[in-house]
Amino acid sequence: MNKLGLIIKREYLAKVRNKSFVIMTFLSPILMVGMIVLIAYLTKINDSETRVISVLNESSFFSTDFGPAKSTSYVILKDLSLEEAKDSTLALNFYGLLYIPEGETVVEVSKSAYFFTKEAPNSNVLSKLDGVFQERLRQEKLVDLGVSAQEFEDIDSGFQLQTETFEGEQNLKGINEIKAFIGGGFGYLIMMFIIIYGGFVMRSVIEEKTSRIIEVIISSVKPFQLMMGKIIGTSLAGLTQFAIWIFSASLLLLVVMSFLGLDTSGIQNTAVLPGSAANGLAAMPTEVSEMQLYANELFQIPWAMLIFFFMIYFILGYLIFSSIYAAIGAAVDNETDTQQFIFPIILPLILAIYVGFFSVFGNPHGPIAVGFSLFPLTSPIVMLMRLPGGIGEGGVPIWQLILSITLLVGTFIGIVWLAAKIYRVGILMYGKKPSYKELFKWLKY
Amino acid sequence: MNSILVAEQITKKFGPHFALKNVSLEIPTNSIYGLLGPNGAGKTTLIRIINQITYPDSGHVLFNGEPLKAEHISMIGYLPEERGLYKSMKVGEQALYLAQLKGLSKGEAKKRLLYWFERLEIGDWWNKKIQELSKGMAQKIQFIVTVLHEPKLLIFDEPFSGFDPINANIIKEEILQLKERGTSIIFSTHRMESVEEICEYIALLHNAEKILDGKLSDIKRKYKNNIYNVGMAIQDGEKFINELSDSFQITSSDYDKAAAQLQFKIQLPSEDTRPLLDQLSSRGTIHNFVETIPSANDIFIKTVQSKSVNE
Repeated sequence: MNKLGLIIKREYLAKVRNKSFVIMTFLSPILMVGMIVLIAYLTKINDSETRVISVLNESSFFSTDFGPAKSTSYVILKDLSLEEAKDSTLALNFYGLLYIPEGETVVEVSKSAYFFTKEAPNSNVLSKLDGVFQERLRQEKLVDLGVSAQEFEDIDSGFQLQTETFEGEQNLKGINEIKAFIGGGFGYLIMMFIIIYGGFVMRSVIEEKTSRIIEVIISSVKPFQLMMGKIIGTSLAGLTQFAIWIFSASLLLLVVMSFLGLDTSGIQNTAVLPGSAANGLAAMPTEVSEMQLYANELFQIPWAMLIFFFMIYFILGYLIFSSIYAAIGAAVDNETDTQQFIFPIILPLILAIYVGFFSVFGNPHGPIAVGFSLFPLTSPIVMLMRLPGGIGEGGVPIWQLILSITLLVGTFIGIVWLAAKIYRVGILMYGKKPSYKELFKWLKY
Repeated sequence: MNSILVAEQITKKFGPHFALKNVSLEIPTNSIYGLLGPNGAGKTTLIRIINQITYPDSGHVLFNGEPLKAEHISMIGYLPEERGLYKSMKVGEQALYLAQLKGLSKGEAKKRLLYWFERLEIGDWWNKKIQELSKGMAQKIQFIVTVLHEPKLLIFDEPFSGFDPINANIIKEEILQLKERGTSIIFSTHRMESVEEICEYIALLHNAEKILDGKLSDIKRKYKNNIYNVGMAIQDGEKFINELSDSFQITSSDYDKAAAQLQFKIQLPSEDTRPLLDQLSSRGTIHNFVETIPSANDIFIKTVQSKSVNE
């Protein structure tokens, strides 16, 4: 076996056999599911809390507006003065008292209505009450203008603009967002992988420095071989972990889906998606016929192409960033010294995610999206958010894709070369935390 | 003379600072060569250049007559000063890994490791983790890993630091045996007295420059100053010392009147000891007559001093 192979094997085994790796691999899906269940449970508890509001209505209006509602119930008080009503509301420990005084018109009544509570009222409750009055006022106004109740119903019926492309294909609302979301899922995966496994590479380099084995090893192999072996070995361990996660997530998803009695045939296609994206899709409330259209649209996303480019951007992006992480590990003596160097690396990744979510989702081919999908430190994430729209007409222009990958490859070669130089000098330096200026000097050694 | 390693005009700079300045060395095959000098003299940099960990700015190195290249790595064994092992890896597994990196096959590496583990009586450590071992134990493993691939040239940087005296002796014996079997050995240390007795050749480095090199016995002969330690039984020794100081330089003397024992240090004008011995034996019984040979440390200090005077 050649030396690089040996190093990769050692790094892989060292990582995979590590107890924390094993625990993380099997525990985090459970934690993840547990968290989702917990959130769902808490949300349910939160919603199920019903508030009782007493209503003292002295006017002739609003008699039918305070019926039983989902999370609020109303108690209608009668023949009480305002003071008595307040006292009994307090005594019964209700949430609040809505007081509607006598009046000639709805407008007049509404203006002098009051809501009394013990503390400042919950904004949800308040907006609900506001809504009741608003609706009623609007209705009144329309009645004044001669609109009948039936006509009023008609006005309120939902309306959605039909859209179509020039080629005559029907467009779906939000399909761009869904596509970007899928791409975003890939991009997010890349970012997480880089941050987690880049960190592992860095710690592994620091460990070799602090255990002083580094010089023993590089008297046998080239520092570059060691660095690459470490990066590749660690990333293979990471891929193993991701494979286990994706496998168990899709298994879990299938189990859950069959429990809920949902048709699993559509899910199988989405099972290759990262869990978050798949969850997002499953949660989409759509009608069946529209669901079919969305499904069609999702089928039309060029998955093979997407996965192909995901691999390209993933490998190049990961190699660029993890070699920077390796160089940082080589430059310092312990992990606490790494902070000042790590922040500038993570910055473009975070920027890419934010730009992706705020700019690329809305307009996948706008100037910002294009710019960030060309810039090598953000392109692995941003380009993947654009790619589900396809390549060529209507999607990412081929020249942009080629330019983006070319820039990425160029950056990859440059960064790995620079990182290897810093690494080569840094691994043999002990004792002091280097400044950026010193790192720059090392490049010339 | 056959040389395993020749370094010619090696210069290495780190920024404005010289780590090595035109250093040339020649290490004879199957010798023990001491690379001596204080901390920061450039020893480790030179060794790293020999190991192809760093590269010289100018100058070149010949290994066995050929320009140094990547294949030679498997013919060199290097025990660095900063040495350690992976803490969470098992001893045997780790030794196998390091041996394979030096180009041994897994089977061969295992066979040789078992031999060495047996030899140094550490056979039951195979499945232990390094973090369970003491520092001295780990040093033994490192020694084995360094010599396992039977390199032609062994380089030890501060080899005895971290060893207790007993284990240091075991290792020293092993090194001498390796030399018997034809290996060439470089010792690098700033504690010159620790290797003086086993080095045949030395080079002294100081401030990135080589200030002295050659066969240790030649150097000592060159630096010896004909000072002798003399002990004898004599009556009225004080008088005798006064007589002697007329014709010789006496640097120190001590006379025990009750026991009639005289000790003194005397400087002779030449290597010829006969006139003095004649004079001594005519007056009393000589117990000891020993030439004081300068230690490498003395030579080093002397050379550095004379160099700075010249500058």
